[in-house]
This record gives sequence, C-alpha cells and structure tokens, in this order.
Amino acid sequence: MPPAVSVEGLTKTYGSVTALAGVSFTVDEGEVLAILGPNGAGKTTAVEILEGYRRADGGTISVLGHDPSSGGREFRDRIGIVLQETGIEVVLTVREAIDVYARSYSRRLPTDELINLVGLDGKADARIKTLSGGQKRRLDLALGLAGDPELVFLDEPTTGFDPSARRKSWAMIEGLTSLGKTILLTTHYLDEAQHLADRIIVLSGGSIVAEGTADALGEGRAFSTISFTAEGADRLPRLEGGPVMTGHTVTYRSTSVTTDLLELTTWATERGVELAGLEVTRPSLEDVYLDIVGETENGGRPS
Amino acid sequence: MSPARYVSLVWGQIRHNNRLFWRTPAAAFFTLALPVIFLVLFSVIFGDQEWSGYSFAQFFAPAMAVFAAVSSSFSNLAIGVSYARDQGILKRVRGTPLPAWVYMAGRIGSGVWMAVLSVGLMFVLGWAFFDFRMVWDNLGSALLVFVVGIATFSALGLAVCASLRNADSSPAAANGVFLPMAFVSGIFIPLDDAPQWLVILGDVFPLKHFAGPFREAFDPFHEGAIIGWEHLGVMGLWLVFGMLVITRYFTWDPRGA
Repeated sequence: MPPAVSVEGLTKTYGSVTALAGVSFTVDEGEVLAILGPNGAGKTTAVEILEGYRRADGGTISVLGHDPSSGGREFRDRIGIVLQETGIEVVLTVREAIDVYARSYSRRLPTDELINLVGLDGKADARIKTLSGGQKRRLDLALGLAGDPELVFLDEPTTGFDPSARRKSWAMIEGLTSLGKTILLTTHYLDEAQHLADRIIVLSGGSIVAEGTADALGEGRAFSTISFTAEGADRLPRLEGGPVMTGHTVTYRSTSVTTDLLELTTWATERGVELAGLEVTRPSLEDVYLDIVGETENGGRPS
Repeated sequence: MSPARYVSLVWGQIRHNNRLFWRTPAAAFFTLALPVIFLVLFSVIFGDQEWSGYSFAQFFAPAMAVFAAVSSSFSNLAIGVSYARDQGILKRVRGTPLPAWVYMAGRIGSGVWMAVLSVGLMFVLGWAFFDFRMVWDNLGSALLVFVVGIATFSALGLAVCASLRNADSSPAAANGVFLPMAFVSGIFIPLDDAPQWLVILGDVFPLKHFAGPFREAFDPFHEGAIIGWEHLGVMGLWLVFGMLVITRYFTWDPRGA
C-alpha cells in the first residue's frame, strides 16, 4: 500500500528566508506522525503545502495520490484540516456551522454524532461567540472531521489549552486513530508528540534534524543521570560525567549507563560500600529535544 | 457532480449568507434602514410639492431603491468579504471541497436577495405612505438595468475587497466611494443646475448609469426608450474593470495587519 503522504526534497523560500530546505518524509496509512519543532521551524509552511494552501518551490509531493496544489475539490473531499486560529462566523450556532461547512463533502458524518464526538453536546444550539477557547477548538476539530476524511491535518491542536482540556483533546484524537484515520499533527509540545504520535519528526531551521519514535530519539543523545548519596567525593571513581557533589548527593551524567553502573557497583562492592538511594534517571524527551534543537541552532542551521 | 447538486450548494450558501446578514445588525441597518430613513425624511420634507399630480416620492423612491441595491451588493461585498478574509473564514472555506465560485455565488446571490427585498420595500413604503404610483410599462427595461447594475456593483465590491490590505479600512473605503458617487450621480439631488464638470464626473462613474434609466422606467412623464446603450456600455466597462482587479489581486488568505 502506498503511503498516505510522501514528500521528497521539499523546499520553500520567502524572499531571502529559507523556510524549508529540502524536507523528505512519509506518513503511512493509519499512522500518526507528529512534526515537532520550535516556532519558526517551518512546521506550518510544510503542512500548508501539503494541505494545498501554498505552493512548494521544489520537491515532489503526493498526498493521497494527489498533488495538493492542483488536487482541487476531489482532493479536499478526502482530507480534513484543523488550522490554528481560523475564523468562523461567530453569530452561527454550533449545529448551524457544522451543517453549512459539511454540505460540500460527498460523504459526511451526521451532525449529532460529530457534536457528540467532540463533546459539545450541551452546546449544540449555543452561538459560537459564547463558547470558550477550548470549546471553539473542539468545534474546529468537528468541522475538520465533518467530511469523514481519510487524512486529518491537526496544526497545533492544543496550543493555549489548560492541562485538563489537553487531556480531553488527546483522548479525542486517540479516538480518531482507532477509526483508522491517518493523522499529521504539528506541535511544539513534546509530551503531546510523545503521547499521540507513532513517529516524530523534529524540524528545526527548515530541515529535519531527527526522526523516529519518541524512545528512539533518546538513544545515544543527552544524558541519563546516576545518583546516590555519599559522605565525600574524594575516593569516588572518576568517570567521564562526574562525580559532581551537591551536598551529600553524588551525580554522574552518563551516555552509557550500563558500563558506568558496572564500574560504580564494582567499586562499591570491593569496598563494602552501600550506594544509598541509587537512582538512574533516563533523559526526559524535553532534554533530548533541547539537545537536538540546540545542536542545530548552534551549528548546522541553514542560512 | 450533478447540476442539481451545484444548485443545492449555491442555494445553501445564499441562505447561509442571508442568515449572517440578519444576525449582523450593522449590515442590516446600513443596507435596509438607511435608505428607508432617507425615503421617509426626503418625502416628508418635500411632501407639499407636486408635479402634475405626482408626488416627490414618485421620483425619489426608485432612486432610493438603487441606493439600497448598491448598498446590498457593493458595500456588503466589499466589507463582508474583507472581514471574512481577515478572520480566516475564506481560508477555512478554501480547505473544504466547496468550489470557490459557489462561495462567491452565495455571497453575490445573498446581495441580490437583499437588493430585491429593499427595492420592493422602497416601492411598497412609497406607495403606502407617500403616493408613489407604480408604472408597469417599462418593467422589463428596469429589470435589465437592475441585473447589469447589480452585476457591476458586485464585481466592484469584490474589487475593493481585493485591493485592501485589511478589513478595518473596508467600511471607510466602501462608503467613501459610494456616498460621494451617489451625490455626483444625482441620487439625492437632481443635477439639473450642477456645473458641467460635475455632470461629466458623474457620467464617468457607473452609478448614474444604473440610477438614471432605473428612475426613468418609473417616471410617468418619460417618453421613448429607457435603455440607452451608453448606460449599459459604461456599466459593462466598469464590470470588466472590476473583474480584472479581482482576477489580479483577490486572495483567500488573511493579509495580516
């Protein structure tokens, strides 16, 4: 089965600014891919090209077998787009808005089912201007799903949400994957990418700087931390990442935890010392991310 | 897609825009209430004048009908579509399979709906309160002028939208063009005693060529043909100009501040 999205050597410049410097990736059918990156990394540009809003300067793009820039209504009939901060006619009610935007799709999900799916049951006949920010985003999601799309674009779906609203949105998006939808999501929240995506692409300065599952991204990058308590540092073994004393706590930063642990425990056993409160902390995704992005921003950023 | 499906989509868009219109009090006021207020005020002020048994409203109600029709098409599109673009509504529409022309047809069709409604309103109010008497003989000509006029002013309304950077300037731009044009075109006060240059200025713009023949169609003293080809010709040129501006400059994306 061909991938739902396939992009090869995508480039885009605005004047002298390079927004995308040759980006290639694929999204398989039924997969959730997250494009992660800081503001200005090129996420929105990339996604808007795939949605057909913008033209690429170069590269080959296939989305559901279409070239998005010329796919027309047949193409848009099969995708659902949830943009950041798109306007809507706020004098309409939730139900009216869904009805009017859903009309143009050849397949559609029943309005009540959509309202229920995004949890706006009590608000179906409320004017949109009376909705909270989170409720409006859920309406956006409902509108994006109105045509029962095969592929859903979610551009920063939970930006500005409070933690409980984010959790609810995540549950909703997970619900979509169980319906077999392919999802391409952009976010600058690591935990969001980790939670929702099968695979993550890290975009920085217009290039893909890392790609893989959340776990794979951590491999060989950033430091795990080994810590325990001891009375003094004077006789502790010297390793590449330590020791560093903070009060009575000893920490080692380690890129090869197994080797370093062996060394430390051997040292302790030989002397009959107990490594009190021994703890190994894996790098958080945030550490990994800052490591990856920091690396590209200090060095390999294309100009 | 079948033609019936397109018709249903266009009809849905017209109803959608009508609904938005009625829920936006400012638009409803400027389009419908303002011409009514003018009609009432002027008819009361000149209430004691008559021309061989005909009241002031006989000549003024058709002029206000054109004023309302241009407001429904030109001003409504220039302002409404500019705001829809700024708010990202046009972008949202572009992301759905709704064809661009269906969206525009819905916008324009809703303007036509309002224009027909306001023309009817002027005639009925004029007849009920100010002794306007319907002249049926030239209805066909009036209809043709109305159709060409609405098409021209719809195109020009979208052209104004296409040439503006942001929606906040659209009410000023639309009314700043429309109101002076209304005076220069003799909508409020006849240009019989106006200086020559003002008359020529009025001839250049399309409104005089809409209002003139439309008023003549309901003028009981008018003899001869209603439709001068020069009227349709001037409106036609402006229609083409408007379309060129739209083709060249119209975008669906918000343009930022």
